[in-house]
Amino acid sequence: MNIHEYQARELLARAGIAVPPGIVATTAAEAKRAMERLGVPKVVVKAQVHAGGRGKAGGVKLAATPEQAERFASQILGMKIKGLTVTKVLVVPATDIASEAYVGVIVDRVTHSPVFMVSPAGGIDIEEVAAKTPEKIFKTTVDARYGLLPHQAMALAFRLYRDLGQVRQAADILQKLYRAFVDAGASLAEINPLVVTPKGEVVALDAKIAVDDNELERRPAIEALRDVAAENPMEVQAREANLTYIKLDGNVGCCVNGAGLAMATMDLVKYYGGDPANFLDIGGSSNPEKVVTALKIITADANVKAILFNIFGGITRCDDVANGIVAATKQFKVDRPLVIRLTGTNEAEAVKILEGVGMRALTDMDAAVEQAVKLAKGGAAA
Amino acid sequence: MSIFVDKSTRLLVQGITGRDGSFHTRQMIAYGTPVVAGVTPGKGGQKFEERVPIFDTVAEAVAATGANTSVIYVPARFAADAVFEAADAGVKLVVCISEGVPVLDMTRVWPFLAERGVRLIGPNCPGIISPGAAKVGIIPGNICASGPVGVVSRSGTLTYEVVFQLTRAGLGQTTCVGIGGDPIIGTNFIDCLDAFEADPATRAVVMIGEIGGTDEQSAAEFVKQKMKKPVVGFIAGQTAPPGRRMGHAGAIISGSSGTATEKIAAFERAGIAVMKRPADVVSLVKPKL
Repeated sequence: MNIHEYQARELLARAGIAVPPGIVATTAAEAKRAMERLGVPKVVVKAQVHAGGRGKAGGVKLAATPEQAERFASQILGMKIKGLTVTKVLVVPATDIASEAYVGVIVDRVTHSPVFMVSPAGGIDIEEVAAKTPEKIFKTTVDARYGLLPHQAMALAFRLYRDLGQVRQAADILQKLYRAFVDAGASLAEINPLVVTPKGEVVALDAKIAVDDNELERRPAIEALRDVAAENPMEVQAREANLTYIKLDGNVGCCVNGAGLAMATMDLVKYYGGDPANFLDIGGSSNPEKVVTALKIITADANVKAILFNIFGGITRCDDVANGIVAATKQFKVDRPLVIRLTGTNEAEAVKILEGVGMRALTDMDAAVEQAVKLAKGGAAA
Repeated sequence: MSIFVDKSTRLLVQGITGRDGSFHTRQMIAYGTPVVAGVTPGKGGQKFEERVPIFDTVAEAVAATGANTSVIYVPARFAADAVFEAADAGVKLVVCISEGVPVLDMTRVWPFLAERGVRLIGPNCPGIISPGAAKVGIIPGNICASGPVGVVSRSGTLTYEVVFQLTRAGLGQTTCVGIGGDPIIGTNFIDCLDAFEADPATRAVVMIGEIGGTDEQSAAEFVKQKMKKPVVGFIAGQTAPPGRRMGHAGAIISGSSGTATEKIAAFERAGIAVMKRPADVVSLVKPKL
């Protein structure tokens, strides 16, 4: 789960990291008042949206008067960045900056551990730094059983600063960042940039935290940070039904059990010359209700011209899926052609259920995909 | 022959009385797997289906039955502790089926197991089956047959698809291992490839990868350097958009290294025959046996 910058800043502030004050606004008038309340000569108005590249998209603006803040906020609010509508802006004082660094911690697959990365070349996309000047990135692997040890934090901080006062401040921030990372159940927590002000204070200017979805069940306070309005509504509906749905741009709607098979099905659609409209995994234990929701979500996508079911029954029972398909067609009009492939657990029962309402099931994945692609292109079923 | 599980497996089930645990224990017993014990705290002294003794703790179960392998069906939030408990009790092979285990839990589990020489398969995996000998997990027994092909995969149902195609074409398997779709897993591709290379009964290996991470690239390098047996590979997720988590927690493209294109290229460089679609498995494996 992604959380907004202002929420990540709050988590860091709660962990004791120095973060400049900021005010969230949902209207242009609020943004104007925010600047007046901050009482500073310049502010930055920043789009709060779950997408990178906000600056390039025009979602971050420097304002010198409250009226200007208002005008920029009215431009940014409602703007679409990577398909997501901006509904909130964060108004923060513009900070004078002596230097910019990057500090972050991620869960690293290769070392099976949290890994800290720091770089004195902060302020820009860290992937770009990694690609162009890898020698400017320094890493430390953390044993998660003990956490980031003080000497490790100091060693990293010495990579960023020469002044011992700043080194100590940065080391303290790194340890607090690690605590915030663990407490949030994060897979990534970063401060970019970490700046030194002209007075020599080390301050976190921007924060990003990505939370591991598997942590949410035991962290209701973090789950409460979820901003449903900032997510794709269809994906929200799917999640609430325990389905995984990701919208794509093609016209063959896919409904599959299991993530690997779902991806392989999308790939096979492409192989036969079509384009998948979505990724949709109905998960392990199927119940007919889930299938009904899945069909609702797929048919809500106007691009979809044909719908393909690909079910390999294991824990998932084919008859549950068949019952779900039949129930859906009774509840609402499924006005696009369906191609159904079922094999495995309770396949015979499923075929009987479908034949009872005049539907047909295939057993071969390739044959089903080929047919769905053909139908999506406006052809007739084989 | 086979890898990791066989006729010498003495299995204990953690979470044997739960909904999934009890259902799959019945299936494992029906397949002929020696299920010697179950663990559910508070139900010690009872019996599962009047035959498998249940214990309150793994340590008691191991002491009483000599169990050497454990399979875990407990809810995700208890899974890490269940792995710790099994390792503490001296179990050397732990198979964790539970889906949704927090990745930070796994960062603590990993070094603990490494220090004790305990092998973990999973989490978030379908388990492992050596056809005709032992089934540990949830892979349907009826789609497998014994034979000379080793299968290792990050997926569940996609593995079933490929295994079923093999079986239908008369190509049986030594062992099928589902290593799981999470970012941090206990046993990786290389561990399985290494074991298949050493297993005299395995004559070819099928490796099913997907987008996310760089395990497939490391595995390809291993194949090139260390393996004499032929390997056939597949990568799912060629049409997956970057930056999105495709169901599996580990299936997310970040940067260029996690893409299907990169992984397929690594396979090809290592001399791995790449399946363009699951159905290609038969035509690619057959000539190599």
